[in-house]
Amino acid sequence: MMNILTEKHNGKTILSLKEERLDAHNSAELKDRILKVLEDGRHHLIIDLAQVRFIDSSGLGALLSGYKNAGLRSGSFVLAGLQPRVQSMFELTRLHRVFEIYASLQEALGSG
Amino acid sequence: MGGASDNIVNVDIVVPNQTRYLGLIGNIAEQIAKELDGFTGDRDTLAYHLNLAVTEAMVNAIQYSPSSDAEKTVRVCIHIEDENLCIRVYDHGQGFDLNTVPTPDFEELNERGRGIFFIRALMDSVDYRKTECGNVLEMRKKLT
Repeated sequence: MMNILTEKHNGKTILSLKEERLDAHNSAELKDRILKVLEDGRHHLIIDLAQVRFIDSSGLGALLSGYKNAGLRSGSFVLAGLQPRVQSMFELTRLHRVFEIYASLQEALGSG
Repeated sequence: MGGASDNIVNVDIVVPNQTRYLGLIGNIAEQIAKELDGFTGDRDTLAYHLNLAVTEAMVNAIQYSPSSDAEKTVRVCIHIEDENLCIRVYDHGQGFDLNTVPTPDFEELNERGRGIFFIRALMDSVDYRKTECGNVLEMRKKLT
């Protein structure tokens, strides 16, 4: 089972991924966990990726799924704490223009 | 000690065709990048790129493996000689036409379709063909 720490903070739900890799092995589970949180009525999500040092295309896909599903519920879906090489993969696929990305969880909590 | 010719690496690995082995294979590719003699570029970036290329190729091979595949394995070969790196990932499926895999439309927020794009972007060449050992996705990179 994927290690994700879920916390609430001022109406926002933080999902901190305690995994080094977000890849085709665990991305489907992340997608399901995000959907479950949204279905529970928590529509403002911060995904803390600080511990993720590797992401593949299916990891990006799981985050896109979360982004789209939060949007359908008029929620918010922001990313925080991307390591430089993880950030590079968002840039290569132009997804840094799609997601709201903060350097740290603290900055994400201070937003909006 | 030594020059570029010290870089002879030949790794041939067979693992079950399950995604739980992605980390193992990816980490082997990373470690190989980190141990290369005489590489003057950004080693950590190269390590990430090889990890990603081999991960995407392996996912591809797992997806194309028939469920009835008696072997249920994926074979990954990493070969380096001097400045030439070659990664081959074999599958036993029907295969696909690499030339028909489109570049993703960056305006469309599709959840899938970026795997081959990553391989093409991070490696110098990519080729997919049938061999007597199954189909092989071959990726090459010049290590300069």
